[in-house]
Formats: sequence, C-alpha cells, structure tokens
Amino acid sequence: MNPVNYLYLAALLFTIGAAGVLIRRNAIVVFMCVELMLNACNLAFVTFSRMHGNLDGQIIAFFTMVVAAAEVVVGLAIIVSVFRARHSASVDDASLMKL
Amino acid sequence: MSANLAAYTTSSGEAFQFWVLGTVALAGALATILMKKAMHSALSLAGTMIILAVFYLANGAYFLGIVQIVVYTGAIMMLFLFIVMLVGVTAADSLKETIKGQRWWAAACGLGFGILLIAGIGQASLTEFNGLGAANSARGGNVEGLAALIFTKYVFAFEITGALLITAAVGAMVLTHRERTERARTQRELSEQRVRQGTHVPPLPAPGVYARHNAVDVAGLLPDGSPSELTVMQTLRKRGQIRDVSSEALADLKALEQRSEERLGRDRDEEEATR
Amino acid sequence: MENLIALLVGVPLLGAAILLCGGKRLDKSGHWLGTLLAAASFAIGLALFADMLGKSADDRAMHQRLYTWIPVENFQADIAFQLDQLSMTFVLLISGVGTLIHVYSIGYMEHDERRRRFFGYLNLFVAAMLLLVLADNYLLLYFGWEGVGLASYLLIGFWQHKPTAATAAKKAFLVNRVGDMGLSIAIMIMFTTFGTFAFGPVLASTGEASQGTLTAIGLMLLLAACGKSAQVPLQSWLGDAMEGPTPVSALIHAATMVTAGVYLIVRSADIFNAAPDAQLVVTVVGAVTLLFGAIVGCAKDDIKKALAGSTMSQIGYMILAAGLGPIGYVFAIMHLVTHGFFKAGLFLGAGSIMHGMNDEVDMRKYGGLRKYMPVTFVTFGLGYLAIIGFPGLSGFFSKDKIIEAAFAKGGTEGWILGSVTLLGAAITAYYMTRVMLMTFFGEKRWQDDENGNPPHPHESPRSMTIPMILLAVGSVAAGAYFEFAGFVEWLEPVTGFAHGHSPLSAAAVTTATVAVMVIGVGLAYLQYGRRPVPVVAPRGSLLTRAARRDLLQDDFNHAVFVTGGTHLTRSLVYVDHSLVDGVVNGTAAAVGGLSGRLRKLQNGYARTYAVSMFGGTAVLIAATLLMRAV
Repeated sequence: MNPVNYLYLAALLFTIGAAGVLIRRNAIVVFMCVELMLNACNLAFVTFSRMHGNLDGQIIAFFTMVVAAAEVVVGLAIIVSVFRARHSASVDDASLMKL
Repeated sequence: MSANLAAYTTSSGEAFQFWVLGTVALAGALATILMKKAMHSALSLAGTMIILAVFYLANGAYFLGIVQIVVYTGAIMMLFLFIVMLVGVTAADSLKETIKGQRWWAAACGLGFGILLIAGIGQASLTEFNGLGAANSARGGNVEGLAALIFTKYVFAFEITGALLITAAVGAMVLTHRERTERARTQRELSEQRVRQGTHVPPLPAPGVYARHNAVDVAGLLPDGSPSELTVMQTLRKRGQIRDVSSEALADLKALEQRSEERLGRDRDEEEATR
Repeated sequence: MENLIALLVGVPLLGAAILLCGGKRLDKSGHWLGTLLAAASFAIGLALFADMLGKSADDRAMHQRLYTWIPVENFQADIAFQLDQLSMTFVLLISGVGTLIHVYSIGYMEHDERRRRFFGYLNLFVAAMLLLVLADNYLLLYFGWEGVGLASYLLIGFWQHKPTAATAAKKAFLVNRVGDMGLSIAIMIMFTTFGTFAFGPVLASTGEASQGTLTAIGLMLLLAACGKSAQVPLQSWLGDAMEGPTPVSALIHAATMVTAGVYLIVRSADIFNAAPDAQLVVTVVGAVTLLFGAIVGCAKDDIKKALAGSTMSQIGYMILAAGLGPIGYVFAIMHLVTHGFFKAGLFLGAGSIMHGMNDEVDMRKYGGLRKYMPVTFVTFGLGYLAIIGFPGLSGFFSKDKIIEAAFAKGGTEGWILGSVTLLGAAITAYYMTRVMLMTFFGEKRWQDDENGNPPHPHESPRSMTIPMILLAVGSVAAGAYFEFAGFVEWLEPVTGFAHGHSPLSAAAVTTATVAVMVIGVGLAYLQYGRRPVPVVAPRGSLLTRAARRDLLQDDFNHAVFVTGGTHLTRSLVYVDHSLVDGVVNGTAAAVGGLSGRLRKLQNGYARTYAVSMFGGTAVLIAATLLMRAV
C-alpha cells in the first residue's frame, strides 16, 4: 500500500470537519469538528514525517497538539461563559455583530 | 513485524489495517457531524481519535500515538464530555438548518475543497518514500529522537508553548470566574427575608395524601377535593407531569363511604338482632 | 527736470487722497484745494513744456523711473514715466482743460452737499489720466486705464440716488470691462512674445514677431480702445454716461478719457504699422462709428445725448485717422486736442443752459435763449462753428486734415473712407445746427418743471463763464495755432509722419468739406430754422425712431448678450443639475444600493462567514493548482 493513502484519509477527515463546522449550530459540536480538522492535519504531518524520513513532522504535530490543548481550554471556557450569559450554546444566537 | 520494519515498509498487514480502520475513522467522523446529540458526537470523535492514534503508531510515531491517546482521547475529549454535561441538552442540537442556503453553500464548498485537495495530493509527485527507521534509530528510539529535536532545534518554540499553556489556563480561569460582589447572606437573614416577603414560610405540603397514590407526581388534594399544585415538586410542575387524581379520588371516597355505610349498617343490624 | 514728472501725477493724487480722506472739515475749502492742485499740475506741465521746447527735436523724450513694483526674474513691473511730445500734448490738454473744468465745477456744483467728494473724484481722475499718458510701459498704462475707468464709474454714478445714474455707471463699468479684457490680453501676448511690456523694447522689436501675433495684439488693443473710446461695437455706454454731472461729461466723456483709445493706438503706432490687417479694422471701426454717432446725434432731443453722439462721431474721426497709419497719426492727435477744446466748451455751455433752465435737458423745451444767456450763446456758438469746421476755426483745420488723409490712403479704400468722412462732416453740420437752432433761436417753448416753477434763464456765474470763454478761445485759435506753429513737426519724432498720395488736391478737399458743411447747415436751417419746432417730438421715420433708441444698440446687446447669456446660464445649470449632479448622485445611489445589497452578506452568523472563508481557501487551492499546471 502506498502511504499516500494516509494523506487522502487526512484530506477527507479535514473536509468532513470543515463541513461540520459549517452545518452544526451547537458550539460544542462545532468545536469538536475543529478538533477533527486539527487531527487530520496531524495525521498528514506524521505521514509526511515518515515519507521524508525525519522527525520534524512529528515535532510539528506535537506542537499542534499542545496548541490544540490550550485552544480547547480557552474555547470551552468561552462556550461556558457564553452559555451562562445567553442560556444557549448555539453559534447562531450570537449574531448581534451586524447592521 | 518489528517496530523498525513498520517504520519504512507498508506491509499487507498495515494495508489491511488501514482499509479497515480508515473506514471506521471516516464513519466516526461522519457520525461526529451527523449525530443529533452532542454526547454521541463526542463519543464518535473519541473513536476516530483512537484510530488515528493507531495510525500514528503504524507510521512509526510511537510517542505521538501514545500522546494522542492520553492527551486527546483521555483529557481533551473528557473535557468535552464534561462541558456537554454542564451545558446540557439544548435546542441547538436540532439538525434543522435555519440560515437560508447555508447547507447548500457548505456542501458546495466542502465538495469543491475536498476534490481540489485530493486532486492536489494526486498531482503531487510523492514517489519518494524513506521510512522512519533510520531517523528513529539514530538516537536510540523515537522518543529520544523527538526529545533531541525539541530540546535543541525547537527549544524556543517549546518554551513558548509552555507560556501559551500557562496563559490558556489563566485565561480559562478568568473567563469562567464570577466575581462575588457582596457578602453571602446567612441562613438567618434568608429566613427573615422570607417572613418579611410573606412567601410560604412553613415547609410545603407533601404530595400524595392517600396511600394508594403516595407518589411524587400526584398532587395532594385540598379539603374540597381539588388538587393543589404546591404539593408537587417544581421540576414536574414545569414539565406538566402532574397526575390529576381528584375525580378518581372522589369516586374512591364515595365508594369507601358507601362501603363503610354498608359495614356499619350490617353491624347495626347484627346488634339489633343480638338485642 | 525729470524729477518733476512724478509730481504731475502725484499732486492731483495727493489732492484726491486729502479730499476723500479729509472728512467734513474740508467741505468749505475742498473745492479750492482740488482746483489749486489741478492748476499746480498744469503749472508743472507748462514748466516741463517750456523745458522741452528748449531741446532739440530728437532729444525731447524724458524718462523717470521711480521704483520697480514687481521684480520677478524676467517680469519687471516698473513704476516709470516717459514724457515725450505725445505725452506732453496730453498732459497739457488734461491738466489745462481739467483745471478749467475744476473752476467751472466750483460754480456748477455750488449747491451740491457732496461737492468735496466730487472734487476728490475729479482729482483722482486727473491723476489716473496723467498716469495713463505718462506711463512708460503697458502695465502701468493699464493701471492708469483702470484708474480712469474707476473715476468715470464714480462720477457717472455721482448722483447715485437716481437709479438711472447708478445703472448708467454700472453699464459704463461693465462695457469698459470688455475692452479692458482686450488690453490685458494684449499685454499678456506682448509679454510672452517680447518678454517685456515697456514701450521702448516692445515697439522697437516689432520686427521680431510674426504677422499673426502683431495682428492679434493690434486687434486686442483696438478692442480696448473701442471700450474706452465708445467705438462700435462697445459704444453703448457713452450715451447713458450723460447721467453724470455735466462737468464730468465735459472732462471725461468728451475731452480726455474717451480719447484714451486714440492715445493707445497712436502710442502703439509701430505695432499697427506692422499689422496692416489690424489697421484696416481700425479704420473700419472709426468709419462706422463716425456715421453711427452722427446719425444718433441727429435724432436725440436731449442736448447732452446729442453732444454725446457727436463725441462718438468725432472720436470715430480720430480712430479712423489713427488707422490710416503715419499719414494720420498726427492729425488724429491734432483733432483730439481741438476736439478737447470745443467739445468741452460745448458741454460746459450745455451745463450752463441746464443751470439756467431748472436742469431741463430736452432741447424741444428750450428756444430763444440767446438773449438771456449772451455769454453762453457766444461761447457755445464759437464751439459750434469750430466743430462743424467753419473755415478758420480749429475744427476746420483738424477735420480737413483727416479728410485729406483719408483720401490720401489711396485706392478704393481711400475713396470710400474719404467719402465717409465727408458725409460725416455734412451730418455733423446738420445736427450741430439743429442743436444750435433749437436751443438759442426760435420762439420760447419753456415749460414749468415738476414743482411748477417756471424757468428763469439767466447767465451763469463768473466761475462758470470764464472757463467757457477760455475754451472758446481755444476752439477758435487752437487749429490755426497748430497749423502754423508746426504741430506736425512737433509730433513727428514720436509718431512719424508721411504724406499720402491724395487723388484730390488739398484745395479740392477743402472746398468739398466747406461745401458739404454748408449743405448740412442749410438742411438743418430749412427743417428747424424756418419752421417752428414742435414741443412734443413727432413720430418720425423708421430711421429716426431707431436713432432715438441709439440705433437699437441696447436692444441688440440685450437680445444677443443678455438673453443669450441667460439661456447659456440656464442650459449650463440644466447640464449641471442633470448631468453633473446626475453622475454624482447616480454614483452615490449606485454605491448606496450596492452597499444595501452587500450589507445582507453581513448577517452576523459566524457560520456564514466561515463559509466564505472556506470558499476562499478552496479558491486559493484552485489557484495554486492552476499555477502549478501552467
């Protein structure tokens, strides 16, 4: 099997995640979809690392994980505080920034 | 199959694993975005992540594979589950689209993006394939190799991610923290306030006056036989799950009285008969 | 002596400053001060004249440079004076006649409470006019040119409480602007062509410029002259300018300012000599105006307007002469000076008559005044004889010379111009005899004024009669003096002189001139001397009615310029509103409409924004792939 297949899988996962961001209204699920996209990227990085025969791709994937962890902490905190204020976790309810 | 071998070859075993687990991962991803309940989405995503961890291992990224399981599936996804439980089930879970044309645009963009991405990968000349065996064994193992890179080449980025994590932790605390602006009132003050406001001072009446219906969802009856909503707990009251037994109870009462009358009459007859 | 030149201008200018800024404490003495300063200027002029006579003919020009007004690289605007024979002639005429009219005004304006201001304006005029003729470059001349225009405006509208006077002042000012535009354009062309506008360098280097440039300069100068000298087509203001006090009409609108155009053309002789086309136009303008003014003069019943028509006509003679080139320049100036005497005298006489007749100006309400105003009658009569060219008087010499010169132009042109001047002489005799007969002869046709006061014609005070007498002496003697004292030789170094080739002998021309004069006088006598003059003007022929309306010049101006201008303005406003505003407003509306539609994209939903981001990313990938494929 050609390892490029991992890349195709990563592309599909990324696309699915992006579509989820677009069609889901629950902020938590949207956030999960973002995580899915990050994971797809990580898979691509790991595959690249293997194809090129050095570990830098894995390092990048590792940093991505760290940043994702930080992002999840802050993002979920935001979701919680928005929910407290508006009693809703829908991203569509926060739509006051318009004319 | 040894670990080194897995790093630079694609055995038929790995191919089999890829096709099976890849399908499952895709199904999990689709379930993530299609499941109605956030909890199901989270669980599907966790499954996909575990499969990705397996793929990392298969690709020779042993450290990342483990970290993926520990950090992502273990920590991050659990955090998600906690939040889902904290926020609860809301109307946002509905899959009905409210923005006009959003789903069509999303589908069009998603399809276009995916096709382009795949076309791009297909076009790229990715014939070179080195495998990680040499890289992993250079310093005695995958973890050692990564450590060498992190603490030399990427040490600044590593330090900065540390700062980022600290900042994120502090940020989360700031965001979720609610400042108490006044002294908490004592129980005495609370009861005094209740008396002053004339609200219901004694404990609320208990539901289910009769043993047959001694359940929390049955309202107690007032002396005239009508049900009193006060006797039912607030949650059930809001859900409208009060069982009204007043007519049934009245009928029962009548029957009881009749029966007791019959019993009393028989007794009286027996008394008169004995006399 | 050169240092005195600036004083010529400075003295009356000082008078104007004192009188206009001095306030009421000068009301009692202001007119004396003004007259004194004008006389002082005349005295300085005489002293310079005496000095000039003592020099040889080619050495008479004097220069005085005060300072450089605007020193900018090539653009050197000097305040500098040039006094040569031509300027000298004008200086004496302006300050001399000006002084006489100052004296006359003392009596004429005696009862006017704004007399001090009047004298201030008169002094301002004298200063500006002297500056005009003394300037040694076109820019300073332009300054004086505008100065006399301002003084003229102020004096025509001096009785500003009369709406007609205010309107006439504005009209004169506006029509003059058209001419002034010509002068400024001429100066600009000069500067770009020659790099200077001083008389000396410009006139000396006419050979360097192309024929077209010189013709353009000449025509522009002619336009300026037309405006200032009331020549066709810019003649319409002069008749209305008679709304001003009569001394003003005498000084500014008869003797001096209106002749500035002639001065300009004669001063620029070298330019016109090198541009025959421009010269031809000058003669045509002069000939047309000559007849135009004469015909208007025949029909007017207002004595001042009849004289104004006459002025126009006589200046037409001068312009015509100036257009003839070297054969005519000298005679143009000569006629200018004699005309200055007799026309000023005639106007002062008219003022004297009005003074005695309750300010009545309609000649049909005069009649038989010769017994009541003997001095006025005699002086006016001498002026009359002078203007019609009675043999021996000044007009005879100067006009005769112009007619001769017109014939001497040669060819068909010469015949046409000569005939026109002869015809003009006949008409001049006709209308001046008409004025004379209607005013001083025949029965009395006096009428009460609006307040019911019957007129009491009487001779004017001495302050008015003495200037009239002096001017009458000038009218009688100036021509002969110039003829025999050598005016031609006097001016020749400045203007040049050439004898033409006249197809007629001098005697023949003189005979013809006298003959047409006699015919004109005879016709007028038949019409106005033998028959009583109706008090109410008869309807008259079509030509008469048109002439009474100044040959429809105002109607023409109104129809062409006022109505045309209004239509042009309206159409421009329409274009502005529909096209310019349409584009501006349309752009705004388009932007607004587009924004209103684009605004809907900003619906506040983060997911919609995410779609656009996602779409953008897809486009980026597509672009990248495309570039790789290419």
